[in-house]
Amino acid sequence: MTDQVSPGAPVAPKLASRHGSGSGEVLLSVRNLEAVFETGDGIVHAVDGITFDVHRGEIFAIVGESGSGKSVSAMTVMGLLPTIKVRSGEILWKGENLLDFDENRMRRIRGGEIAMIFQDPLTALNPVHTVGRQVAEMARIHDGLSKKDAMKRAIETLDLVGIPEPAKRAAMHPHEFSGGMRQRAMIAMAIMCKPDLLIADEPTTALDVTVQAQVLEVLVDIKDEIDSGIVLITHDLGVVAGLADQMMVMYAGNQVEFGTVDEIFYETAHPYTEGLLNSIPDLVGDHSKPLIPIKGSPPSLINRPSGCAFHPRCSYARVPGVCSEQEPKLRDEGQGHMSACHFTSVDWKPQ
Amino acid sequence: MTAYIIRRVLIIIPTIFCAISFLFFIFYVLPGDPATLIAGGADRNPNPIQIQQINDRYGLDDPILTQFANYWKAVLQFDLGTSFQRNQSVNDILKDRAPNSIRLGVWAFTIEVIVGISIGLFSAIRRYSLADKLTTIFTAVASAIPVFVSGYILQYFFAVVPEKYGWPEWMQLRTSGISAPRTDESWFLFFIPSGPAQWRYLVLPAIALAGVSTALAARMMRGSMLEVLGADYMRTAKAKGLNERQVISRHGLRNAMLPVVTLLGLDLGTVVGAAVLTETVFNWPGLGSAIAEAVGDRDLPVVLGLTLAVVVVYAVVNLAVDVSYAWFDPRVRLGGGEDA
Amino acid sequence: MSNLDTEVVVNSPESTVATSLWADAWKQFKRNKLALVGLGFIVFVLLTAVFADLIAPYSITDRDVGRSREGPSGDHWFGTDIIGRDLFSRVVYGARVSMKIGLAATSIALVVGVIFGALAGYIGKFVESAIMRFIDVFLAIPYIILAIAIATVFGKSENSVIIVLGFTGWLGVARIVRASFLQLKKQEFVEAAQALGFGRVRIMFRHILPNALQPIIVYGTIAIGSTILSEAALSFLGVGPQDPTPAWGLMVSQGRSDLANAPHLLFFPGLAIALTVTAFVFVGDGLRDALDPKLKDR
Repeated sequence: MTDQVSPGAPVAPKLASRHGSGSGEVLLSVRNLEAVFETGDGIVHAVDGITFDVHRGEIFAIVGESGSGKSVSAMTVMGLLPTIKVRSGEILWKGENLLDFDENRMRRIRGGEIAMIFQDPLTALNPVHTVGRQVAEMARIHDGLSKKDAMKRAIETLDLVGIPEPAKRAAMHPHEFSGGMRQRAMIAMAIMCKPDLLIADEPTTALDVTVQAQVLEVLVDIKDEIDSGIVLITHDLGVVAGLADQMMVMYAGNQVEFGTVDEIFYETAHPYTEGLLNSIPDLVGDHSKPLIPIKGSPPSLINRPSGCAFHPRCSYARVPGVCSEQEPKLRDEGQGHMSACHFTSVDWKPQ
Repeated sequence: MTAYIIRRVLIIIPTIFCAISFLFFIFYVLPGDPATLIAGGADRNPNPIQIQQINDRYGLDDPILTQFANYWKAVLQFDLGTSFQRNQSVNDILKDRAPNSIRLGVWAFTIEVIVGISIGLFSAIRRYSLADKLTTIFTAVASAIPVFVSGYILQYFFAVVPEKYGWPEWMQLRTSGISAPRTDESWFLFFIPSGPAQWRYLVLPAIALAGVSTALAARMMRGSMLEVLGADYMRTAKAKGLNERQVISRHGLRNAMLPVVTLLGLDLGTVVGAAVLTETVFNWPGLGSAIAEAVGDRDLPVVLGLTLAVVVVYAVVNLAVDVSYAWFDPRVRLGGGEDA
Repeated sequence: MSNLDTEVVVNSPESTVATSLWADAWKQFKRNKLALVGLGFIVFVLLTAVFADLIAPYSITDRDVGRSREGPSGDHWFGTDIIGRDLFSRVVYGARVSMKIGLAATSIALVVGVIFGALAGYIGKFVESAIMRFIDVFLAIPYIILAIAIATVFGKSENSVIIVLGFTGWLGVARIVRASFLQLKKQEFVEAAQALGFGRVRIMFRHILPNALQPIIVYGTIAIGSTILSEAALSFLGVGPQDPTPAWGLMVSQGRSDLANAPHLLFFPGLAIALTVTAFVFVGDGLRDALDPKLKDR
């Protein structure tokens, strides 16, 4: 421990394609993305400088609490938020900056190259149309198929995601499906045009635990089948542990940690991530170990705390003048494992 | 579905029976002896023999329950009785007046549907624009102006003023043209006036009658569409790569129209059968004004007979609306419970 | 290093919700300019009704013989009617008629409607069926026809109109209240009250009703406006208060025959009706938006 603290020098994030099955090409490359909402009550800093890559064949997880900015980030990539203002940064899709695309090009990307799966399939599917029609619509828009051909492909795809009696089901409406089936139908809809990237926004949150595993399995199988990448957005660390290759943790719009799943789970570098991991009940371990929640609540994105956004809730924010004054930048903990804390894990972790 | 319809019909029959019977009985609470009224009113000192004749003729002497039973017996044979005041069978009066009401009602309904839904849709899509704000105020006001005020305003500006100031003929909707044409030959395909002269009679009353409902439909459509625009499935549609027009027309419209369809559907019955105020303002010889006059005249058979016809039409329209709602919204299962 | 202090946030749920719901609603309401204008106008009409004696220069029966059907002038701001009475004074007194009937009829409709709606919604079974069938019978008859029929039976006066409109009004209120109660009945606080042995009446009116107030209040406010509209319609048709009572609808009807030459006879009372009801529409909208958390219009 040192008396004088020098926060790690800011480093331009170096994200090499070195982990997991991410040996594929870089599909999505987000660089220092900053986006805000201008509201009557003030400026909401929804996304504050995030940087990550997603490779073909890779599952990339974005983890955080509600309001951390994870969904907003994804929707900004897709251009689904008409009211958001991107202040700086780039969103590179296969090398081209999506922010420069006009609406016509974006529409071709949406569903055609990048497809999104939403959280609640009951409200995300149109109640008055049959499931088959909604799934088939994708092929009609992007590949110009006729009604018949599109429906044929839709039924095949419904079969692919494991929906029994797909032809019969295609003629039904969403409310006639169970939760798990609906989510499978959403997945089917998303993969109809063989997109290169799937963005799944909390795909299992609205489902029963038993069904969650099934749906996740479908996702992984599909990814392999069509050789796409997946961005998995969730607040459930358990889901991430078994599935993802690389991940990033978000807090209050900031990216606080980035790395492989192993690095983040076993070599945790940021106090917030540690807090998250500590608050998960451990089913098999020591039962006398108390659950340690993170005290306090997430900050307002309009009036953010000065300095490090997490410092009011951080158990380790001990050095006056640093944590509360200076905004931390992402630091390399080693081998591309980034953390946005002024201190290295060696420094802040209790010995 | 058929079971549902049958069940509804079975319930509606006793309901209608009770409704008409209610009207039947309250008339007996009215002061004034009907026979005297028929003879011309108490102040004319009618001849007692005349009164007796009237009583015999219409069975007004009989105990109430007998009259009640006789009435319904006749109705079941499609005989709605004879008017007390006029020498006409109620069936004939019905045949006379009903077509006029239907014509006026259908046109008013058409205006409501087309104009109301369009305005509502437009102002929802162009929310926050000046046009939207103006429309909001305008529809609020339009829903508050009673037809017997708007009707006269229309008459004044489109009939009185033109005539007074000698506007060209084609621009005038003449004051004397506020009564309906009586001959059937002047109507083409039952609904379409056969010439410009006939149009002039129809335009103002149709607009006046449609007024309030159009405003209400527009307001409801706007509210409904705004709710739909914020729905998740609209975001999904955009995420699939549809453009704005496609998102709204393919995914938004049908969902937004659900409550509006119900509202307008129910209004169809009212606009055809109970347009009392409009018919009075424009001297339009339809069912509504006939009923209102008959109430004033204590002409019980006419009141009951025409109201019965209107009530039946009303009930049929309501049933049709409910059934069609199930077609619009697959989540509704007729007769059963709803998904939790 | 720092201990885990547990932040204990103490908030008694009911007190926060109860006060802040209405305070919040008022704040929201204030933001809606149209609603404020509407409210202002309603207050204005109410004051006119109360202080009519002080505002109106003439009585409703004073006849200025020889000056009938005159347009607006210095003596008679709204002109005179067909027998020479000052139209302005009559319109001013008309506010009293409309407000009296509107408020009285709506109050009756609300009270009766809430009672029957609560009974139907909470007790269910035979009581509910009986009440709903009863309501269905009267709703089968188109509103205006029913109103005319009953008004004619009861005689043509202010009070009979109040009774008629109160009677036709409670049907709609009861339906809404029943729907509310059906929904609230399933909630846990009702189960809790039942488990504690509270009587049915107490549960209905002390426990459930306060939670059902929201839609009732919005409906009630709009209902005053539509009642005034219905009253105008009935007086227009001649089945309401009779001359010399200055009911606005009646005055419109009296002005009919002189549309070409003396449109003001029709116009001023008509304007009064239109403005008053519009004000209620604006206020109703404002209330609905202020109380409904989903409809945040920004």
